[in-house]
Formats: sequence, structure tokens, C-alpha cells
Amino acid sequence: MSVNQATLAVHNLAKSYGAIQAVKGVSFEVQPGEIFGVIGPNGSGKTTLFNAMLGQIQPDRGQIELRGQDVSGLSALALNHRGVGRTFQTLQVFGKMTVRENLIVAAQEHKGTLFSRIFAPSDSGLGDKADALIQKFHIAHVADKPAGELSYGQQKLVDIAMAFMSDPALILLDEPCAGVNPKLVRDIGDLLRDLNKERGSTFVVIEHNMDFIMSLCHRVMVMVEGEILAIGTPDEIRNNKQVLDAYLGS
Amino acid sequence: MKRFHVSLLVITAIFMAVTPTFLKNYGIHLFTTWLIYMIAIMGLNLTVGYAGQKSLGHAAFFGIGAYTVAILMKAGISFWIGLPIGALLCFVIGLGLGFPALRVQTIYLAFATLGFNAAVWLVMRNEEWLTGGTYGINNIMRPEFFGMSLDRNLPYYYMVLVITVVLALLLGGLLRSPWGKAFKALRDNPIRAESLGVDTRSYTLLAFAIGSGFAGIAGGLFAAQVGFIDPAPFAVHYSIMMYLMVVVGGPGYFFGPVIGAAVGVILPEWLRFAQAWYLTVFGFAVVALMIWLPDGLLSIPDRIRARRQSKAASAARAASAKRIGEAS
Repeated sequence: MSVNQATLAVHNLAKSYGAIQAVKGVSFEVQPGEIFGVIGPNGSGKTTLFNAMLGQIQPDRGQIELRGQDVSGLSALALNHRGVGRTFQTLQVFGKMTVRENLIVAAQEHKGTLFSRIFAPSDSGLGDKADALIQKFHIAHVADKPAGELSYGQQKLVDIAMAFMSDPALILLDEPCAGVNPKLVRDIGDLLRDLNKERGSTFVVIEHNMDFIMSLCHRVMVMVEGEILAIGTPDEIRNNKQVLDAYLGS
Repeated sequence: MKRFHVSLLVITAIFMAVTPTFLKNYGIHLFTTWLIYMIAIMGLNLTVGYAGQKSLGHAAFFGIGAYTVAILMKAGISFWIGLPIGALLCFVIGLGLGFPALRVQTIYLAFATLGFNAAVWLVMRNEEWLTGGTYGINNIMRPEFFGMSLDRNLPYYYMVLVITVVLALLLGGLLRSPWGKAFKALRDNPIRAESLGVDTRSYTLLAFAIGSGFAGIAGGLFAAQVGFIDPAPFAVHYSIMMYLMVVVGGPGYFFGPVIGAAVGVILPEWLRFAQAWYLTVFGFAVVALMIWLPDGLLSIPDRIRARRQSKAASAARAASAKRIGEAS
């Protein structure tokens, strides 16, 4: 392995639905510790790209590498065990479990084997780790409440915190600010920046909130009609004439 | 298990230990049947209530357990060897059935398991050389326990009670372990569970097989209790009845099987006054329950708590709005 090996490398990935080419052979790399944003208008292929990277759909062609290893075609389960965490566009917490249980279940499968886990303690030895994340995400006052009884914003924080529990090498966040009030958008941005600094976590973020993505990401990729229009720093993207014409506007 | 659950288990066990001493023979027989169905429903509750799978083949596993114990005992093998063999056989068949059947979900899984139940029932009825066909197997002896006869109903009842408590504790331990959380996670949101590394296929399979094993134990106890088995109590409509017991008690509630089995076994006795109208009364009671308490009888405390919280939240919002109005 080279020292500067990319955490994620996508080569020539393509996916069509009938006659519609949703993603047209895109290639890019995400470096370790990088926060990489993906933006683009609706129908630009962001979600298809995300789903293909996460093993939810099979691409027609192309290759996906995680830390130099080919993970193309692996299921979401296998990808998670190789260090890929994710959040979904819509809330995906386990409503009947407490917040603490949600966080514990998010990492317990990374400890021991299936059969050893039957004899493991209830919290799989993850209680302290869960509590630390609960503190970090400012949800300690609801830690023992069923997640389904929390407000939308609190559930969003639980949802994001769950993705960090297993210390994944790469975390893909699908519209983390969707339906969230401006104060919480700022809080989520601060949390992600902190976690990126403290843990060196690598993120790929899809988001429509331009302020959020431009202030958070180290580099941003713009997709239009299934192709990459530009990749660059937020400043480069803001000043890119093609991007302004096609997506950001004046 | 939470301390509340342990307390409730102790209270229930004391109630179940003391009450039969005041009952006549038929009452003890009824309580034994209640316990046996409780064990079967604990297994089905694991599959349906905790792991979220729709199974309509539980009576088949109940029957496999019963026939295994009966056939082995007729071959001179001890009940105490036959019972775990019956449970193990059900576990293995559960794995074997689950492997292809659990590729489908919801109503399709229900139909797959229902088809399995129908096939097993036909084997029980048609394979006379093994099962005695419609004549069944009779003179199944009650076991002994370290030289103590369990022929009388009361000692046999206590033996079943001890087995029920042990199985309840084992199930409680299982649900408290990481497996229990994985079961609940795949029930609540299988896609999210898989994205977090939960092997939903393996856990679903295990929940199904363990649930089948519980039915096997219940079936073995049933065979020795009644002394005669034929295919009738293992037909498809008994699987539907067992599913109903889970739903009525409260799927995913630890004590749901206690209530559910009571509704399936004890309630019909209480409704004897209705004579021919019994099934009509029972049917309407179930319809009413599904309309007003779709999560079962044990969901009542949760519903009251949720209603209180909702009222408190509304009051807090109203007070906050009033304060803002006064301030502006």
C-alpha cells in the first residue's frame, strides 16, 4: 500500500435505467481525512452514485476501491464490515430502542463473532463509547428514551451519531441537513468538523444546502446529468463559470 | 431482563405455583395446557414479535416435537432424551425451512410457512407406519423425574412449570444479549440494520429456528400430557390460532405469551356459557382488540404513558406560546 492511498477511489462508474444513463462513467478519489461534498441538481445522478458505492444497486460497469481494495459489487453488509458507514436521506433510527441502544447496536456487530455475541454483555462493552458520543452530540438528556419518541432534530443527531459508532474508515452522509432547522444545521456542521479533526474521519456528503457544504467540505464535486462537471475547493467551485451557469446560478 | 420483568416473572411464577393446589383435576390439566402453549408462544413471539417475521407454520413444529417424543418413547427411549431431540429436530428443520423461505418476507413468508404446515400435517396423517395416521399414537407414558412419578396431573404440572420458567429465563437472557438487539433492529428497520453490519439473514434464520425449537419442546410436553396424539391439533388453523395468541398478548412484549396463551386456552373455558355462540363472541372480541389495541393487551400501559406524554407536551407548547404572546 502506498502512503498516500485514497480512502475511496471510484473508476469509470456507470449505471443506466433503461435508456436513461443516470451515471455516465464517473471517476474520482477521496483522500484520508477529507470531507468531500457532492452537489448537483435533482436527477444529476448523485443518489445513484451513492447507492452504487454503498452496494445498494449494482453498477453496469466501473470499479470501487476502498483503501486500495476492490469492493465493487459488495453488499451493504460486507461494505460496513470493511469500514463504510452511512446515513440515509430519511430518518433511520430504531424507534422502539432507546438512544443508547441505537448507538450500541450500531457497533456491536463489529465485536466478536455471531456466536460469541450471544454470551457478550448486553452493551457489548460499548456502553462508555456510546455515552461519549451521546455527550458529544448533546443528546445525554434523552439517552434512555426510545428514539422514536424524540423530536425530528434529535433523531437526526442520533442517526448521524450511529454512523460513527463503529469508527468506519469512510462515512457517507446523504443529505444530513434535510428537514433540519438552521441552528441544527450549524450544530451538525460543527460536530462533523470536530469529528473530522479529532478522529481524522473521512466523509462523503451529499447535500443541497450550499452554505453548509461550502463551509464544511475540503473539496466539492459537482454532478450534472450523470457526469462530473467540476471538482475543486469550495472557492474554486464558487468561481467556476460552468458550475455557475449549470447549477449555482449568479 | 429489566428488574420489572424479573419481578413480574417471580409474581407470575408464584401465582402459577400456588393456584393449581386449589384446582380440581380438569383445572390443573387446563393450567398445564396454558403453560405448554405459553412455551410455544414464547418461541413464536421471538420469531414474530422480536424478529418481525410472519410465520404461520408454528403448529407444524409443535406437532414435530410431539410426534418425535411419542415415537421415541414408543421405541423405549426416555422422555428426557426425546424432549431435547424433538427440540433439536425442530431447530434444524427450522433452519432448513428458513434458509429458502426467509428469502421472501411479509405475507409471502406467511404463505410459505403455511404451506409447510399443510405438508407436515399431510405427512402426519398419511404416513401411518410412522405416525399412526388418523389413529394417531396412544398410551404415551408420562415421564419420571429421578424416580418420582409424574403420572398425576399436579406433579406433571409442576414439572412443566419449572421447564417454562427455565425457558423464560433463557429467552430473557437471549433478548438481553446483543442478539436481542439485533433481532429488534432487523424487525424495526432491516435496511438500516444491514447498513450497520447486522447480518439480517443469519439473525432472521436463528430467530426462526430458535422459535421452532421452543415449539418442539412444547409439543413434546403436550404429547406426554395428553397421552394420545393425532394430526388434528397440528393443523394449519392451530398455527393461525397461535399467531393470534402472539398478537393478542402483544408481539415483542416479554409477557405477551402469558396473556396470549391464556386467551387461547383459558378464555374458551370462560366463554362456555355462550355455548354455540362461543366462536362468535371470541371472534368479535378479537376484532375489537385489533381495532383498539393493535399492539396487544400488554401495550395498554405504553399507550397510557404515550397519551400522558402527548398531553404534557401539548400543555408545554401552549404555555410556551402564551409566554411568547405576553412578551410580544
